[in-house]
Amino acid sequence: MSLEIFSFGFMQRALISGIAIAILCSVVGLFLVLRRYSLFGDAIAHSSFGGIALGLMAGVYPLWTAYGVSLVSALIITRIKDRFNVSGDASVAVLLSSGIAVGLVIIGISGGFTVDIFSFLFGSILLVGVSDTIMILGLTGIILIVILVLYRQFLYSTFNEEQAKVSGISVEKINYLLIFMAGLTVVTSIQLVGVLLISALFVIPNVTAIMYGKGFKQTTILSMAFSIFSVVVGILVSYVFDITPAGTIVLLSTGIFVCTIGIKSVGILKT
Amino acid sequence: MLKVIEIEHLTVEYPGVKALDDVSFSVNEGDFLGIIGPNGAGKSTLFASMLGLNTKYKGTIKFFGKDIRKSREYLKLIGYVPQKPVFEKNFPATVNDVVNMGLRKKYHEKKIDEILQQLWIHELGNRRIGELSVGQQQRVFIAKALVNNPKLLILDEPVTGIDQHSIDLFYSILKDLNSKQKITIIWSSHDLDAVNKLANHVACLNRTLFFHGESDDFFDNDELVKQYSEASMQEHMHHH
Ligand SMILES: Nc1ncnc2c1ncn2[C@@H]1O[C@H](COP(=O)(O)OP(=O)(O)OP(=O)(O)O)[C@@H](O)[C@H]1O
Ligand SMILES: [Mg+2]
Repeated sequence: MSLEIFSFGFMQRALISGIAIAILCSVVGLFLVLRRYSLFGDAIAHSSFGGIALGLMAGVYPLWTAYGVSLVSALIITRIKDRFNVSGDASVAVLLSSGIAVGLVIIGISGGFTVDIFSFLFGSILLVGVSDTIMILGLTGIILIVILVLYRQFLYSTFNEEQAKVSGISVEKINYLLIFMAGLTVVTSIQLVGVLLISALFVIPNVTAIMYGKGFKQTTILSMAFSIFSVVVGILVSYVFDITPAGTIVLLSTGIFVCTIGIKSVGILKT
Repeated sequence: MLKVIEIEHLTVEYPGVKALDDVSFSVNEGDFLGIIGPNGAGKSTLFASMLGLNTKYKGTIKFFGKDIRKSREYLKLIGYVPQKPVFEKNFPATVNDVVNMGLRKKYHEKKIDEILQQLWIHELGNRRIGELSVGQQQRVFIAKALVNNPKLLILDEPVTGIDQHSIDLFYSILKDLNSKQKITIIWSSHDLDAVNKLANHVACLNRTLFFHGESDDFFDNDELVKQYSEASMQEHMHHH
């Protein structure tokens, strides 16, 4: 592989935004996974598909409508879960399927699938423009700062809501903030792996990292490392062999997961 | 004497169950109050109300003279050890992580070390919380409750799963916290003997408050003691 590919503007943008998204997804995803909310990312992604279809039909930049729709639906499922005693996985399932359904109906009305829609379904990291890259970096920065500042609150209310409440943390506000940030993260990441594979970025690196038996900070760092590795190698490999980046990234991530299971079952890693 | 907690006419009703009925008592600064009562007596419900986890109660609860409904600030002065700390078995948090969750102020390594030493868990700092025994976990949660130098420590004692050695250690730790560090303690327990040895006040709860006063007065009253030993004996047999 020649080093020349690093000099292409599109490749630089792809790698920079890819790394930012990798970091963002593993940090936000860790809290979701630990709250047994693994499929939440998937649900928001699917509902944002409805938003994308809406934007394409209305002639608005589809990611904007996707942000709108996914944030609203994220808040709605949290409300439904809290108010009406519907379990987390059930409310996720409702949102997941209705999001896609809305998208399909809108696409049907507006004349069928187009190239644009496919790029949102499967990602288009090599087509990311300069303004997208800036947007991705900015959002990553903001969300990471929020998490760093409220680190104890996020961790504590994820560990045990009741005890967090008793220690004076406004758990409900923290929960909504997390859901809100997850919504932003998902839509931002659609550009990397598309609607269909989002939850892989949220879940797989974190599940893998948790298996190493480390504390919270080290687990976060491991997860980021796995995620960045899969994204960077995935982008490069897929470019060289001309295959889809999204699939390659997720398969690499799964590869690390499988290796970890292997190492553990051989007994090199304890517990 | 400064009153840490004043509870007046506390009544809590869950759908179909009256868990607490017109309970009134107060706790002075420096007291060690043992609350005894069989399973379902309302001990955890009482704590949930004091801690703002259950706000649907009738009556008033005051902390240092202020109604707890007015502000949640008082929680900063309370350390709470739950009856059954629920968390994901493989949660990626070490003992240090868990203790730090409780820490509201800036991280103070020496202070944390001191507390871990005092609770005999200083060698466990880098172990994951889920790997520890129930007794060790309990001490970690006490450590977490203590890191902010609380004025009041509330312990909802777990009933099962702790070996005798850990129980003894736990009791001596409680004793020290109260007598040496002057922390006011409210502790629910099924163990009458331990309450007799440790607490200087006793409250007998079973939906209503049957007795509240100096522990000597309680343990000198054979009739009461007999009633409660029988109640807790029955509970004991229930568990085995
Ligand atoms: N969330 C709840 N909803 C409905 N009923 C409840 C709830 N929590 C407690 N109860 C009921 O209130 C009563 C008091 O329960 P509580 O848990 O306070 O007792 P306890 O003294 O802590 O018992 P234990 O010794 O077993 O811990 C019981 O009858 C219980 O079934
Ligand atoms: Mg209880």
